[in-house]
Amino acid sequence: MAVRALIIDDSGVMRKIVERSLRQAGLELAEVWEASNGLEALALLQQKTPDLILTDINMPNMDGLEFVKQLRGVESAQGVPVVMITTEGSESRVVEALSCGARGYIRKPFTPEQVKQHVLPLVNQ
Amino acid sequence: MTTASITPTADTLERWVTLLELAAREVFQMMVGGDLEPCPTADPDFGDITAMIGLAGELCGLVTINCSTACAAQIASAMLGASVTVDDGALDALGEICNMVAGNFKAKVTTLANGCVLSVPTVIRGSDYELHPIGDGSSVAIQQGFGGCPLRIALRIHE
Repeated sequence: MAVRALIIDDSGVMRKIVERSLRQAGLELAEVWEASNGLEALALLQQKTPDLILTDINMPNMDGLEFVKQLRGVESAQGVPVVMITTEGSESRVVEALSCGARGYIRKPFTPEQVKQHVLPLVNQ
Repeated sequence: MTTASITPTADTLERWVTLLELAAREVFQMMVGGDLEPCPTADPDFGDITAMIGLAGELCGLVTINCSTACAAQIASAMLGASVTVDDGALDALGEICNMVAGNFKAKVTTLANGCVLSVPTVIRGSDYELHPIGDGSSVAIQQGFGGCPLRIALRIHE
């Protein structure tokens, strides 16, 4: 199944690396949309409906945790799995992210194999 | 999170040098697709690019990476598998490398794992500046190379 993915990161380089890692993990990407923070992503979600969202946490304007909280109010995004990809790997941050509604958590630096382990089961569901 | 900051002993700093190098090596292997090399010269000129990440909480300070524009472009090109210039992504890439080195170092120091947060990256281009951290503090640094260019990774601690 080809997947439509939304990648949110304030680094354009990192957005490209996440996209490449998804492809290396064996995911067929029908479309990839990018946003540089949570606010941009929420605006984009008014027009697009992805099958998968990957987001950084530390971003200006709206961070990844606030984005996941706000996502609850976006009707078209209900049920869309969100995976956090971030340098913040502390236990408290992981718990916070999962309690906000994230379904997966990948700590940077990461390998394509780690992306595969965390993302493919969510997409296959 | 507690706000009591750590004042590292000499033994701790010695251990942190090793962990900083390990953290940097892992980031380069996993995200850049290449190994850090020994510093190519004995008296290196690290160039005019400085990437930095602030640390706050149990450890307050900065993680910085210094390198040349050519080195930053090489790192970014290796990360993306395509030619990248300083004006088209190399500074962004170096900021992300610094971010990941700081985060990976933090994760390796068990006392910091839950009590220290990172800022978003800042990258400065140019060498005509002085860094004046608030308060005294110690620092540790490693000198490495990538693609034949020297680079310096440092942890400056505010005590």
